[in-house]
Amino acid sequence: MAGASDDSGADLELVGITKQFPGFTAIENLNLTIPAGSFFALLGPSGCGKTTTLRLVAGLESPTSGRILIGGKDVTDTKPHQRPVNTVFQSYALFPHMTVLRNVAFGVSRRGIPDPLGRAHEALRLVELDHLAGRRPAQLSGGQQQRVALARAIVNRPALLLLDEPLGALDLKLRRQMQLELKSIQDEVGLTFLHVTHDQEEAMTMADTVAVMNRGEIEQMGAPEELYELPKTAFVANFLGQSNLFTGPVVSSGENSIIVEIAGTKLEVPKERAQRHSGTVTIGVRPEKLTLLTTRPVAASGVNVLGPGVVTDVSFSGVSTQYLVEMPGVGTVTVFAQNMVFGPVVNRGSEVWVSWTVEHGFGLADDERLEERSEAV
Amino acid sequence: MAFGAFSGETVVIEQPRRRSRAALWLLLPGVVYLAATYLAPLVSLVVTSLKTPDLTNFDIGRYQYAFEIGNYGHVIATYWPIILRSFGYSALATIFALLISYPLAYFIGVTLRTYPLWQALALILVIAPFFMSFLLRTLAWKAIFADEGPVIHFLQSLNILPANAHLNGTPFMVIFGLTYNFIPFMALPIYTSLERLDLRLLEAGSDLYANPGSTFLRVTVPLSLPGVVSGTLLTFIPATGDYVNASPQFLGSTQTAMVGNVISDTYFNLQDYPSAAALSIILMVLILIPVAIYLSVTKTEDLL
Repeated sequence: MAGASDDSGADLELVGITKQFPGFTAIENLNLTIPAGSFFALLGPSGCGKTTTLRLVAGLESPTSGRILIGGKDVTDTKPHQRPVNTVFQSYALFPHMTVLRNVAFGVSRRGIPDPLGRAHEALRLVELDHLAGRRPAQLSGGQQQRVALARAIVNRPALLLLDEPLGALDLKLRRQMQLELKSIQDEVGLTFLHVTHDQEEAMTMADTVAVMNRGEIEQMGAPEELYELPKTAFVANFLGQSNLFTGPVVSSGENSIIVEIAGTKLEVPKERAQRHSGTVTIGVRPEKLTLLTTRPVAASGVNVLGPGVVTDVSFSGVSTQYLVEMPGVGTVTVFAQNMVFGPVVNRGSEVWVSWTVEHGFGLADDERLEERSEAV
Repeated sequence: MAFGAFSGETVVIEQPRRRSRAALWLLLPGVVYLAATYLAPLVSLVVTSLKTPDLTNFDIGRYQYAFEIGNYGHVIATYWPIILRSFGYSALATIFALLISYPLAYFIGVTLRTYPLWQALALILVIAPFFMSFLLRTLAWKAIFADEGPVIHFLQSLNILPANAHLNGTPFMVIFGLTYNFIPFMALPIYTSLERLDLRLLEAGSDLYANPGSTFLRVTVPLSLPGVVSGTLLTFIPATGDYVNASPQFLGSTQTAMVGNVISDTYFNLQDYPSAAALSIILMVLILIPVAIYLSVTKTEDLL
């Protein structure tokens, strides 16, 4: 696609966007800036407003209030065909009456750019489908249609490429492969990608920045590792991977850490990893950060210990084994242990303790009321 | 880029092929029916069209078997202006019916899609005229447009029509009647096509820089073409042979006679059976030619 760049990515800015549909509010005062050239993922469960956000950017819906700026230009009141934006639709929406080549050339022809067919061939070569240019979409497999939809969008060199769960219809293996390929295409063409998905693994694999959306609002935004290692709300902690969460009062607050009492056990969390430092707080730790012990460990500084509890379930999944441990007064704790030895280390019914390094814990911003809200999701 | 892993994977759409004898037996009633009701009259029509007057019996309506191709030359020479007029009226009626039906079908099939109740009601309104004989409805138009009727009076009071004006018996009325009578045949197939139109394709069109007009021409129209083709054929073919609207008893006069009226006249009044049969066959062939051209241009044979 060399020599075809006119707009190579632009900032997207959403300012105070609210979108109301009859009877409900899909998006509430959304503020979001996506820098040019980035691969940005909007992650959330269905109905959280992520697809509506995408449609607002594409111009297929208009916001109830707020402004949309692309590359600093206000496009709020322009029609979809006037926006420098292209979408890869979830349904692909390929024109069934046109060949693959005509589909890809469609946008270029409409803008009156010379040599639409040549450019379409180039885009098809990028997705390695040029040999099928003469086919109709119905004659292609799902994965091939997806790539035609991608070629049809990127051939236009849009300032912003919108991806509406484009991999949702593909099987797992193809999806993993397409994720990597989309990512490398983005590197190659250098456009700004806005990807909407409910698949947390997909978002984390592909995006530079992930925004977790819930009920029309962004709960947390950041690099995938940051979101995973330091979730700020219970929703993020549970939606992005799994978490063990404990709620209890802060009993003391030191210079570097806070101590939270959970069912009589004192647990330490670093202050900079806790959102709140007083009152009743929810703290958490990821299952793979836990160590399973069959004897009561010697108390040491910098390590949290919980137990004893009873193993209620052991499930082997190849790379790791998942243990469910019933802790009296605390609830069920999930532990992922890498399979460094053959077979499970402990069996069902064993008495165990779990421990983790203080630095791996995190404290959430939710108060109890908020927590109930996220559990209801 | 490594698309190699599945770039070779191409779906070959296998047409299911069934070669079952049961299918042929199921076809039998249809074949017998067609042979009896279509093929036999057609043969009889061809045979009749080649007959000559019976030289042993000079009564009117007496003909004998012959091979008189001259009958065809004779009717073409006599009636070519009427044949031409039939095609002209029918073509105009088809165009008007299309211009009226397409927006109507679009409104019902696309705009009303989110209101299923209104959509059903609108469809019923399109079909409702069928509940009453089209002869009665056509006669009703005759009364409405009568010289002493309300429409002419109103137009005269606005000085749009002169005092001695009349509409019944004019080409305008015949084309009006044909258009009116065939609108449901045009609207329903188009509606069927548009009702299935995937609106996400229109969103894709606007996303790809096509303004609403361009999206309509490049996406909506091609995808509704099968309906347009069926509707056009369902209108054009019967309208060309129609003899009700153009007859002096209904909306026409002797000046507006169409080929159907001539066939009816030659058959019933003149009892010139060979001429009537020859005209019928000419009409059939003349309709087949533009229909074949139309179908090959629109290339939708497989969609019909």
